[in-house]
Amino acid sequence: MKILVCISKTPDTTAKIAFTDNNTKFDTAGVQWIINPNDEYYALVRAIELKEADASTVIHLINVGGPDADAIIRKALALGGDEAIRVNADNPDSFGIATQIAQVAKEGGFDLIFLGKETIDYNGSAVGGMVAELLDLPYVSLATRFELNGTTATITREIEGGEEVNEVSLPVVVSCNKGMAEQRIPNMRGIMAARTKPLKVVEPAAAEALTVTETFSLPPAKAGVKLIDPDNVQELVRLLHEEAKVI
Amino acid sequence: MSVLIFIDINEEGQVKKTSLEVLTYGSKLAQQLGTDAEGVALAPAKEDLAALGKYGIKKVYQVSNGALAHFDAQVYTKALAQVVEQAGATVVVFSNNTDGKALAPRLSVRLKAGLASGATALPETSGDFIVKKSVFSGKAFANIKITTPVKIISLNPNSFSIEAGEGTAEVVPATVTVDAPKIKVTSVQKQKTDVPLAEAERVVSGGRGMKGPENWGILEDLAKALDAALACSRPVADAHWRPHNEHVGQTGGTIAPNLYVAVGISGAIQHLAGVNRSKVIVVINKDPDAPFFKAADYGIVGDLFEVVPKFTEAVKQLKG
Repeated sequence: MKILVCISKTPDTTAKIAFTDNNTKFDTAGVQWIINPNDEYYALVRAIELKEADASTVIHLINVGGPDADAIIRKALALGGDEAIRVNADNPDSFGIATQIAQVAKEGGFDLIFLGKETIDYNGSAVGGMVAELLDLPYVSLATRFELNGTTATITREIEGGEEVNEVSLPVVVSCNKGMAEQRIPNMRGIMAARTKPLKVVEPAAAEALTVTETFSLPPAKAGVKLIDPDNVQELVRLLHEEAKVI
Repeated sequence: MSVLIFIDINEEGQVKKTSLEVLTYGSKLAQQLGTDAEGVALAPAKEDLAALGKYGIKKVYQVSNGALAHFDAQVYTKALAQVVEQAGATVVVFSNNTDGKALAPRLSVRLKAGLASGATALPETSGDFIVKKSVFSGKAFANIKITTPVKIISLNPNSFSIEAGEGTAEVVPATVTVDAPKIKVTSVQKQKTDVPLAEAERVVSGGRGMKGPENWGILEDLAKALDAALACSRPVADAHWRPHNEHVGQTGGTIAPNLYVAVGISGAIQHLAGVNRSKVIVVINKDPDAPFFKAADYGIVGDLFEVVPKFTEAVKQLKG
């Protein structure tokens, strides 16, 4: 079994969001970078669990990014990835990223392609579907459970107001959601082993951008909380009804 | 040239509420572009699709094909691409809901059409085609220029008000050629709730301050009084007090209701990232220093076990 796990580098959740160059670039000053939590907690850890159930499984990691992504790739290797490829393309749009992943996947013959449901910076939820279409593979998005029986996967996915259980033969592309697995912490043995695991850097395939990020902006600041006496909850209801008009 | 809107239909054959938002959005966009808005329904509908004309669309392409009985992004994409071509659409609009998130990216690749997902407003179209979308988990916006002839937008749920007027749409049968789906839907489990979380206009959410799952009854009562959906913070889902699909936050669901009531939730940045697009936030917490108060519009510092039942009663009184 060969699994490809797509991992992105994202700013830490607590990073201050600010922009430079006339609001055209994210201000990276002082930013701590992490593996996108949806890629790490759910996609990678579920792949590791599948490997634990079947020792012949090999977990390949892929990242599309510059050399500054190597630290988070090493962390993913420390968690349990076996080998990694970084496609040396910095900051393409979703289609550009998907094109690079699909290119590597075509040559790799993977049984499963896992990725998080979205990145916490661009919130695009687009790369998984794009990879699946480029490879003409089935795509199950927002998966909350994944079970394997030979070459058939039983995948539960989120739908509005509930869940749906899907059955599909491999290969398949799966975007992973909460419920797939629980976050793990790399141990010292994993960290030491990760230093010698292969991290191959390849140059990108040609890919055109379909979109361009022009500028960023911040939402207007909140006016501040209006505190209400706990003995006068009727006042809160009055405000929600008459002032905010939400009930 | 037209704006084609994907009409998302649930397993019960009903048009999803999020589709009404995109029908309104797509109709406004068509007006802005000086063209017609049209809809496309791939799944079997039990509703009268002609009635969707009241949201501003002129025509609905209704596809009947057994391969489309259940949602499969691969099959749906192939079908949609054919309807886009038949309609000569230059903009395709989806809701950024569970189906839209699977479908819009695939269609983007198939049509080589730029996708702006998570849009929060109508695009600027006077010069370049620029779509404002939510990024950094609601902490910022990005303006995305779509550079391709055909453009795809997926609209974040609850970002655009539904407007219904008069009108009837012409329902036009459309034929597509697709393969059998590779995904087999074996079961669908709906939560025992009246309001799906993703579509809810009001949400009541509990955190660790609730002290245990046995105390959720007071939140259920409040949610019922408010016609709200229930949600929870990550520690609550991790402790299995509530199902994980109720978890809202950065690694759970992202929501944007009109009203979000946070009870016993301190307001960690990861939680805020999932709810900070809510229009009005109410925080009830006994800790006056809880960070959530900084993001709140209204707050009560007090014991939630005393405040929440009073809140429920006051809402019931208001409603008579």
